[in-house]
Amino acid sequence: MQDFVQHLINGTSLGSIYALIALGYTMVYGILQLINFAHSDVYMMGAFSAYYLAMFMGLQNSPGVATLASLLAAAMIGCSLLGLAIERFAYRPLRKAPKLNILITAIGVSLLLQYSAQIIFGADPKVFPKVLEDSVLIDFGAVQLKSLDVAVLIVTVIMMLALNFLIFKTKIGKAMRAVSQNMTVASMMGVNVDRVISFTFVVGSSLAGVGAVLVGMKYPKIDPLMGTFIGIKGFVAAVLGGIGSLPGAVLGGLLMGLSEEMVVAYLSSTYRDALAFGLLIIILIFRPSGLLGKKGVEKV
Amino acid sequence: MSILDVKNLNVSYDSCHAIKGISFKVDKGEVVSLIGANGAGKTTTLKALSGVIPSTGMITLKGQDLTRVPAHQRAPMGLCQSPEGRGVFPLMSVFENLEMGAYFRSDKAEIKKDIEKCYGLFPRLAERRSQLAGTLSGGEQQMVAISRALMGRPEVLLLDEPSLGLAPRVVAQIFEIVQKVNQEGMTVLLVEQNARMALKISHRAYVLETGLISLEGSGAELLNNDDVRRSYLGI
Repeated sequence: MQDFVQHLINGTSLGSIYALIALGYTMVYGILQLINFAHSDVYMMGAFSAYYLAMFMGLQNSPGVATLASLLAAAMIGCSLLGLAIERFAYRPLRKAPKLNILITAIGVSLLLQYSAQIIFGADPKVFPKVLEDSVLIDFGAVQLKSLDVAVLIVTVIMMLALNFLIFKTKIGKAMRAVSQNMTVASMMGVNVDRVISFTFVVGSSLAGVGAVLVGMKYPKIDPLMGTFIGIKGFVAAVLGGIGSLPGAVLGGLLMGLSEEMVVAYLSSTYRDALAFGLLIIILIFRPSGLLGKKGVEKV
Repeated sequence: MSILDVKNLNVSYDSCHAIKGISFKVDKGEVVSLIGANGAGKTTTLKALSGVIPSTGMITLKGQDLTRVPAHQRAPMGLCQSPEGRGVFPLMSVFENLEMGAYFRSDKAEIKKDIEKCYGLFPRLAERRSQLAGTLSGGEQQMVAISRALMGRPEVLLLDEPSLGLAPRVVAQIFEIVQKVNQEGMTVLLVEQNARMALKISHRAYVLETGLISLEGSGAELLNNDDVRRSYLGI
């Protein structure tokens, strides 16, 4: 039982990171109906942005909240700029092209980023700076509340509250919702659709940046291909929850993280990655549009 | 001088020349209709006016040339549209839909007043203000779409087929409101397949046939025109 509580904590921490990545997929899908395959590599670039900022400022070994904040800022800014550039130069010229063209472009951008990163940063893994001291905050004997897990949870909760505020309480958020529901009509209402789409990429990419720093903090080894697997899991989490739905992405992420942790704990770590897809297949059989996804019915 | 002046408007889709150089104008305070059969190019004309599809020719609103103005800047300049098929934001409440109509405005107090005005025009919307627009009936959605366009305080209100798919009683009610809004000073450009309803409330009208204007005249003239009676009124 105590083990179970511990796994619950670990799984939630892992799942909230998946949720951050999944949000980026789901937001872009919600607006452009595009699976942005480059998202996982934007995430990877976030880790490297944070890494090089730490090198540059000599923060490799000065754990603390200030370090966490500056690495988060570096990753968010780096990812935003990259996301902005990808949208502007790769996707926007294809806005009116068939969806397949833009999907293949997304895969191309993903490969371009992975291999450029290998050339620029080198293919060897790098040690991510120590962001926080990994101490046990509260010890219930068998169950320990560790500072890293708590930090992950606090940061993701802050990000999700901020995202919720942005989307439901601000003018740009309302414009984002309008564009995702009817792009043409939104432009008739005076919404600058291009700007809203750019902004969506900025927000989604920054969340990937946050995810990258949190992962780097927990598993301090980064390399140019680090995005591949977590990207797939974030994507699966988004589909699981119902792609296009923000609460769905969070729910999907948490489900993925928790079940992965439980499988490793009670079955075998061999099945860790098989689980993601097993879960996806099962849920899509019973709910093809995901757990919280919109049904395909629209009133005419 | 007319408030909206369209000269030699051309629109082409891939291989189809949908609008073949039409010219028309709308004077301040008028209701002007474009009537015509399915596929005549009525909706295409309105889309071109709103800038959501590319066109060539000259569109002048209050003396300003709109031809090269991107779509999202046309509503602030005074062209607000209630699109074909209503185009409400289905996952937003009625209230939020109306707010979207005033997206480019920043005079909060006036926006609030205008929302109340819309609720006055369509009391039904007041009852349903916090309901998601996607769950409304067709007639109610049409009310949302018209109100939302009014929220932009347009110089010319563009209405695309407000009668589409609605029960006759609801259509009558909506045309009544359009007429009322016009009597309060709003200029209206109306696109309709329901020629009889449209011509009854129009000061002037144009008949659009496969991308060309074939007839024009006052609403009453066209209602009594033999060709129009035969082709569009079924008499």
